[in-house]
Order: sequence, then C-alpha cells, then structure tokens
Amino acid sequence: MSAMSNNNWSRRSIFRAAAGMAAAGSLAACGGNNGRGGGSGSGKNLNQYFHAYGEAGVEQAVKRYAKAYSKANVSTQWITGADYETKLFAALLTKQAPDVFEFHPQIQLVKSGQVADLTDIISPVKDDFNAADIASHTVDGKIYGVRMIDDPQFFFYRKSMLEKANVAVPTTLEELIEAAAKLTTPKVKGLFLGNDLHAIELPLVWSAGAEPLTAKNEIGYHTDEVVGGLRQLRKLFTSGHLLLDAPADYWDPSALNQGLCAMQFCGMWAMPVMQKALGDDLGVFPFPKVGGKGRPSVYNGGWSMFVNAKGGDVDAAKEYVKWLWIDQKKYQEDFATSYGFHIPPRKTIAAQADKLKSGLAAEGVKLFNTYGYFDNIGWTQAMYSAWDGIISDSVRKGGDPEAALDAADKKVNRELKKLFG
Amino acid sequence: MSTTTTRGVAHPAPAKASNARPRRGLTASNTLNFWLFTGPFLIGLVIFVFVPIGWSIWLSFFDARFTVTPSHFIGFDNYRQMLTNSDFTGSLGTFTVFAAFIVPTTWALSLSLALLVHRLRFMRAFFRSVFFLPTACSYVAAALIWKMSMFNGVRFGLANTIIGWFGADNVAWVSNPNPPWYWLVILTVRLWLQAGFYMILFLAALQNIPAELYEAAAIDGAKPGWQTFRYITLPQLRATSTAVILLLLVAAYQAFDEFYNIITTRATWGQTPLMVLYKTALGANQDYGSGSAGAVILTVLICAVTLLQGKFMGFGRGEESK
Repeated sequence: MSAMSNNNWSRRSIFRAAAGMAAAGSLAACGGNNGRGGGSGSGKNLNQYFHAYGEAGVEQAVKRYAKAYSKANVSTQWITGADYETKLFAALLTKQAPDVFEFHPQIQLVKSGQVADLTDIISPVKDDFNAADIASHTVDGKIYGVRMIDDPQFFFYRKSMLEKANVAVPTTLEELIEAAAKLTTPKVKGLFLGNDLHAIELPLVWSAGAEPLTAKNEIGYHTDEVVGGLRQLRKLFTSGHLLLDAPADYWDPSALNQGLCAMQFCGMWAMPVMQKALGDDLGVFPFPKVGGKGRPSVYNGGWSMFVNAKGGDVDAAKEYVKWLWIDQKKYQEDFATSYGFHIPPRKTIAAQADKLKSGLAAEGVKLFNTYGYFDNIGWTQAMYSAWDGIISDSVRKGGDPEAALDAADKKVNRELKKLFG
Repeated sequence: MSTTTTRGVAHPAPAKASNARPRRGLTASNTLNFWLFTGPFLIGLVIFVFVPIGWSIWLSFFDARFTVTPSHFIGFDNYRQMLTNSDFTGSLGTFTVFAAFIVPTTWALSLSLALLVHRLRFMRAFFRSVFFLPTACSYVAAALIWKMSMFNGVRFGLANTIIGWFGADNVAWVSNPNPPWYWLVILTVRLWLQAGFYMILFLAALQNIPAELYEAAAIDGAKPGWQTFRYITLPQLRATSTAVILLLLVAAYQAFDEFYNIITTRATWGQTPLMVLYKTALGANQDYGSGSAGAVILTVLICAVTLLQGKFMGFGRGEESK
C-alpha cells in the first residue's frame, strides 16, 4: 500500500470536499438577505446601516425603499441594541464599512474624513429644507448629511390625572417638581425622565437660557442657571416622585401607556402608539423654564443620512442617497408619518403631511416650530459623555453641581481643543 | 472513585511488535507533523493575539482618535491621561470591591453546593444539573432578566413585589447609587451564573479524596462534620481551591457584560476597567490611543497580581507543595 493511498485525503475525497464547499457557498449566498433588490441592480452593491426603530413596520419600509432602487443592489444592516454608534464607528474603520449610514451630525466625522461632502446633491433643493437642519449639517460652507426626519422631544401627560389632582400644565421646573409630587400615588409616579436622565441633558441647558456651545465654539452650558437647574433636579431625583428603573427607557411609550407615570419625557415618534392606548387623554408641553433667565425648549433630535467617504463607490452611494432622501418624496413622507410621527425636514413634504395637520400632532409641530433647538454639529459624542458624567455625579449621586461641571469642562475643553485648535 | 492500591488489577498485555516498515510521508517526519498540527494555531495566535497586542502598544503612543493607523506621535500622553482619568482609577476600586466579595463568596458557595450534592444519596445527577445549568446562560441575557424583570423599579418587578408584601415602598435598584443596591443586583447575577461551574470542579475533587483517609480519621477519633472537613477535606482540596481562586480572580478582572448591561456606561460608578476601556476606545469616543494605553496598564496590573497570587498561594509548585 502506498503512503498516498493510506492517507485519508484521497483524490475522490478532495473533490467531494471541494464540491461540498462550493454548494455551501452557494447556499450561504442565498441566505443572507438584507433587502437586496433581487438582481434588479446594475451590479453595484451598496450597504446601508440603520439603527432599530421602535415603531412597527419601519424596517420593512426601509428594505422596501432599497429594493425599489434600480441602479444598485442595496443591502440593509438593521442594527438592534442600544449601541448603534459603537457598532457603526467600529465598522467605519474596516473594509466592511457601510457605504451609507444614518447618524446625527457630528463634526468629528467630518474632521476625520469619514463622511463625504453632499453639497452638490443638496444644493439644488437646499431652500426646501428646514434652514436649521441645513445649518446643523454644515461645516465651512459644505453640507455633510441629508436630514431624514426631525424628532421633537417634549413631555406627554395624562390630562385626566392632572385634572383629578388639580394640577395645571407646568411652565417652570419648580412647577414640574410640584406637579410630580401631587400626581404621585402609591401606584403611579408623577414623572418619568428616562432611567439615566440622559434625554433631558440638553433641554435642561436650553431651558436655563444657555447653549451647549457658544457661537465661538466655547463652553456655553456652565452658567449659574444650569447649576440651579441641576440642584432642582437632584431634589426631584430624591423626592420619590420620579419613576426610576422602568423596564423600558424614555423613548418607549410604555411607562405612560401602562399607567406607571402621569407625565413622561418622550419623542413625537411615540405619539401614535400613545394615542392608540390612551385616546384623547393625552397632552404635550415643552421642557419648562429653568431659573430666572429660562425659556421653554423642545429638543429636535432626528436622524440624517451620511455617505462613507472611504466607501468602495462614493458616487454610487451619493446617487442612492439623492434618489431616496431627496428625489423620492413619497417615501420620505411615508417614512416620517406612516409608523411613528416625525416631522419631514423638507418644507413641501411637511406642508402636505395630513397626519401632522390636526389634533395632538399639530400641537407637537407647533411646539417644534416655536421652541425647537437643533443639533449643534460641534457637540460630539465625547461631550455627551461628559454631560452624562455631570448628571451622574450631581443629580444621581448627589455631588456638588459646580464640581461636576468643572470636571466636565476639562473633558469638553480638551475635545474642543482637538477639534478647533 | 479512585483508590491508592493497584492490587488485583490486571496489567494490559504488551503490544505486539510490528514488523512493518515505518510509513513514508507525513508520519516519517516528526518535525513536519509538529508544524502541520501546531502551525495553523500558531498562525492564528500570531494574527489574532500577538499582532493586536503589538498594535495596541504601538497605538498607545499615538493620538489615535477615529483611526487605527495614526501618524501623530504623542509619547506617554495617553498613559498620563488614563492614569489621571477618574473613571479609570475609580474602576480599579470597583474591581477591587467586586473581586474582594465575589471571589470568596463564589468559592464558599460552590464548595458548599459541592458538599451538599456529594452527600446526596438520591437525585445527585438531577441537582448537579440544576446547579450547573445557569452556566449555560449568557451573561447578557441573565443581566437583562435581572435588571428588567427581577430588579426593575416598578411595582410589578419581582423584588419590589416581595418587599411590597412587607409594606416597603418600591426601590430603584440600579438608577440610584444611594444606597448602592446595584451591588446586590450585580453580585447575585454573577453568583447565580458561575457558582455551578465551580461546584462541578469541587465535586470532581471531592470524589477524588480517598475514603481511607476518612476511615483512618474516624479510627483516630476525629468527629464527622466540621473537624473532618477542617483537617481532611479542606487540605485535600487545596490544589483545586487554588485553581478555582485563580480562575475566579481572572473572571472578576474580565467582568463586563453584567456591569455594562445593568449599570450602563452613563453612570460614573460601578464601572469595571473593561467598561472604561470599552467606553474610551470602542464606544462613542473612539479614542484608540487612550484605550490602548489603558489596556497596557491593565495588562501589567493583571500580570503583577497573578504572579503575586501564585507566589502566595503556591500555584504551580506541584504536589510537593502540599
């Protein structure tokens, strides 16, 4: 017997293994669907990243839009979990990076050359976009993202509960704290601001009459009024009238819908689900004034579409973004109003969105137009983290707000120095 | 059960000498075989372990934000930044508290469970499986169940329901660090998840203790129970205990999933070193330089502690150290 014939690797077995691997490869290629157009594309392949929206039907809608695009096969990565940005940023450093992705405008994406300049595709329709949205995506005159939706965030409340407790809609932070106390019963807490209070960080700053950053890109949040606001929040946090450790966070309407609280800070995206559960027993109001120089505020969060500047085919990606988020107005309206409620950033689409013209939705739009504050492209993730530290140390842990702000100032200043010199 | 005697045991017949020539090819060359078997693993080790470690050390000397191929050399700035970062230094304190509690508690609990199961006359396999099953559960899944179902802050959470029977108000177990109830949530989930695994190790060791030792002790007048446990069982478990403590300490260093999912990165307390490194390097900040510097510092610390522990506990000295 020869050595070769004694070996397990006979010629026949090698051919068999090769055939098996080829078959497995074919099956694997069939398996990973992600919204591709089933061969309708021109041979170009694009990959887009979306975070998981909480509203039913959004994922199917996004994949439906992608399938309708004929000039490329667009696959969709629908990223669940709370750490979308972590997965996105990690992916952007690899060859598997998405060609197109949704995120918020942040200057470090521009400075590190991760997002492509989209000025040429937006300029022809620039005037039809909300001017504040254009401004929040602009660096040195160039526009780096297309706003897909605006998401006003404010307080929702149960009208019946406020009436029963004889409580008026709060207009100041003091009134909000008093209202929370009056609305709290053994079974219902007065107020829900989210489990870690992250959602109300910027509204607190705006409502205290300050800005996160000044026009010169210096710290604008460190004021006496903000310090006062943090002290008031600490009082609320320890009062026992604030809902904490709810099973779902502020973005989910379940705390209000399940009767766990009387007032909840949330986004307008949750309005249809709340209306379905509570009917007309629902009202909205902005984040109230904080301190003497205060003003009501509504944070306009939202999502924008960006093109990976280091992607395989930047032009094809830009063409897709233009097709979907600039040319396809029906899809844009569908995306903004058919699932949760969002405000279309295009004036013409917003004007014809019937679902936002009446009732509570119209009231939400009015709050957006009256008290809205938009993303500042210079306010980065590191600055958000610094503010998480402020809330953590001064409100949740009970430390001195001045000390917490001083500690955050160091982090934010280091970030500002890196970004703006 | 093993015994110390070999009397009456039949020895295997000697192998028949083979007249066949040694095979040519693969079996003819031991060196070739060595590389054939170890080569793929060595390549994997180099690519997935040594290259990343080297790359990480290299990154730690650069301003590497949003890039893993930086060009701006900044010397020891990243190390300085991490060592003055209160989150990082605080995380070492968190780890110390965590390890100081979880290592002895898990050791005691798993040993107790092993002793209980070992003494069972009926349904031993059932209880062994019941205690071991949590080991198969994902840390992330368990942490979320603990946080969202058992220790949530609303009236229908399991813990709040139970304390409600005694007239107590709902407790926010995780969001509010005063009092630090979050430790209860984290420690109970970790104990539930890992005690069964170490119980199996102790059970195996208990089954290897010769029965003659207990018989001899009984003849010498040793009382069953604590005295036997103190002077026979515990010394016989020394090698296993040392290994278990080392494994527990390493596992404590690697604590991440339950802290990350229960505490979240938005709190400035209750963060383990890995959480801070994750937040610095792989989180939204994407500062690979500082994150790498922190990883190097942590590696040096782990090595130092492990060597010290080995020195004090005699791990690796072999049987003669008993």
